[in-house]
Amino acid sequence: MNKGLTLRNVCILRAGNPLIEVDHHIAPGDVLTVMGPSGVGKSTLLAFITGTLPSVFKGMGQVVLDGEDITGLPPHRRQIGILFQDDLLFPHMSVGANLAFGMPSGGGRAARRVAIEDALKDVDLDGYADRDPATLSGGQKARVALARMLLSQPRALLLDEAFSRLDAELRAQVRDLVFRTAKSQQLPVLMVTHDAEDAAAAGGALVKLEALST
Amino acid sequence: MLGPVIAGLYGTVLPAFGHLPAAGLTGPSLDPFRDLFDWGGLGAAVRLSVTTGVVATGLSLLIVSFIVAGWSGTRSFRVLERLLSPLLSVPHAAAAFGLAFLIVPSGWIARATSPWLTGWDRPPDLLIVQDPLGFAMVAGLVVKEVPFLLLMMIAAMGQAQPRRSILVAQALGYGRVTGWLKTVFPRVYAQIRLPVYVVIGYSMSVVDVAVILGPSTPPTLSVQIVKWMSDPDLAMRLTGAAAALLQFALVAGVLLAWWLGERVVAALGRRWIWSGRRGQMDAPGRIVGLAFGVLSAASILLGLASLAIWSFAARWSFPNVLPDGFTMRSWDRHGASAFATMGETFLIAGCAVGIALVLVLGCLEAEHRGDRQFGQKGLLLLYLPLLVPQTAFLPGLQTMLLTVGADMGRVPVIFAHLVFVLPYVFLSLGDPWRSWDARHATVAAALGASPWRVFWSVRVPMLTRPLLTVMAVGVAVSVGQYLATLLIGGGRVETLTTEAVALASGGDRRAIGVYGLLQTLAALVPFTMALVVPTLLWRNRRGLHE
Repeated sequence: MNKGLTLRNVCILRAGNPLIEVDHHIAPGDVLTVMGPSGVGKSTLLAFITGTLPSVFKGMGQVVLDGEDITGLPPHRRQIGILFQDDLLFPHMSVGANLAFGMPSGGGRAARRVAIEDALKDVDLDGYADRDPATLSGGQKARVALARMLLSQPRALLLDEAFSRLDAELRAQVRDLVFRTAKSQQLPVLMVTHDAEDAAAAGGALVKLEALST
Repeated sequence: MLGPVIAGLYGTVLPAFGHLPAAGLTGPSLDPFRDLFDWGGLGAAVRLSVTTGVVATGLSLLIVSFIVAGWSGTRSFRVLERLLSPLLSVPHAAAAFGLAFLIVPSGWIARATSPWLTGWDRPPDLLIVQDPLGFAMVAGLVVKEVPFLLLMMIAAMGQAQPRRSILVAQALGYGRVTGWLKTVFPRVYAQIRLPVYVVIGYSMSVVDVAVILGPSTPPTLSVQIVKWMSDPDLAMRLTGAAAALLQFALVAGVLLAWWLGERVVAALGRRWIWSGRRGQMDAPGRIVGLAFGVLSAASILLGLASLAIWSFAARWSFPNVLPDGFTMRSWDRHGASAFATMGETFLIAGCAVGIALVLVLGCLEAEHRGDRQFGQKGLLLLYLPLLVPQTAFLPGLQTMLLTVGADMGRVPVIFAHLVFVLPYVFLSLGDPWRSWDARHATVAAALGASPWRVFWSVRVPMLTRPLLTVMAVGVAVSVGQYLATLLIGGGRVETLTTEAVALASGGDRRAIGVYGLLQTLAALVPFTMALVVPTLLWRNRRGLHE
């Protein structure tokens, strides 16, 4: 059985014209970096993998996760975590509730609370569970978003320009944390970026997308 | 929502050509039209409908354009913007009564200027309200349509990026008003064209404002239609139906003429732009715009104040500005039944808004999940019940319900209100609902949340404020419905609006004060709640208050 995330002959078309083609296997703990000029369809590729491709596009090929073809599954059954450049914390929930939202249900109230506190501890946000997300700094929000995603027990991780809103110093910090965690949890990672430093830090394979049709 | 409109029009066409089996009449015949054209007041009634509708719409559009051209982005504009929602929610009837209380010979304006300015120590014998030319009625329509068009224009401006155009125009030596008219207005008008048409159709066929402020001998065509339709002699309904068709044709004709007028104005405007004239109207334009804006806001607010004072007034002799004493007598006399009517009003509004909300949310959610957009054609369909004059299809709907023997009670009234509530709910919820960042849904789904969970625990809570505002809009629309309640309710369903308008002919100012005030409150309280509830609910969540 083939662990990891495989994009098998993936091709995305707009109005019949091919936009992107990718055929790649990402082993657990590895990072695949996808680069390319803006507008080439990097985020569209991620939308195809999460199952949220807008209807103006047509996706072909398969997304295979740990040997299972998930191309036909609805987004919430795919167990693929995604981080965007904005933290997208739910503003009406406390930090802890944001984490609880993503955590698989089950377990007593107290046990869940402990798991959430632990997850926050892992990202150096000890005791932040009852805070309003709007009162956190940019770096703290990014870490909460990471903790929330990890708690949902994803089997793969997508990064959509995830670090581009952070300033240089924070960026390196958060990026290290994300890659370290992905490695230790043996998650295949697909990162979309236009930043060469991100690509260098990832250290994995690199795919450069070019405009196939204009 | 096309169903009731088409059914209503059908139910108007049949009796208009003499076919009304319920009255033992079978057509087709042209007698109803013959009777209609034999009515001596027809010419005046038609003329009144057209002039009041066109003048009120044109004036409102002009005022709104000058306010926005001269003042958008300034502090005075933000004050006006904040007043907008409450002004918009005041029902037409209450605003009309308030205006009447200000301008009648014994009203506040006359009292405030007597006797030192006018020399009157008795109310003069002047016909100000219900004047034969309909000036008072036009004023009553303008004060209510200015906030509506202003809101529509502000919403349209968001997409037109007016700030940059104005900056460029100013750098080229144009003043604020001229620059705005030449660069922003054409784009904004294209966006608000449908709302303007709605205002035309509404103003031409309005009944409650016409009963309160309009002339009575003859009244406007719409008022006469309602008189015919509520005549105990069923045969009069045939004349009413014929008149309703005429009303429909009138509105269609005026809309066509307006549309042609748009072309003419556009051609003149292009010539004006070509001329490169910088214009001399900036300062006066700004002042006139603001003056009219303040005037229309003030007439609603002062009018409401005067309703409130009359409801508590004991003796109030002319020309005193305030009553000689205050008393609870009017509230003791009318309060109990007025509050009972308020309950009925809220029940109908609550049901209509609830149904509308379910339908609209279902529609928007389907649009989100199937990721389809509602096109321009869909928008026109939504606007149709607002464009077709009420007096053209409601009488037909009533006749039809009578014919099939449906009970003329609360339930049909709720559905009749729904026809008008639904478009407003859809139009006001669409933008905030769609501008929500859909990546929140992607993240939630990636976290394993099903579409329904995303809907209930992420989207709805994040959109609490617009949802409550939209509900308030819906309630205000329902509370303000006069004709739909009167005709479809068959006179058996009483809301604050029908009761208040019924008091118009009696002239008991204290009773009108009580009902007018409660009617306003019924529309205003939900708006206040839409402001207060999210603030309390999300008091520890700063991210939802930006």
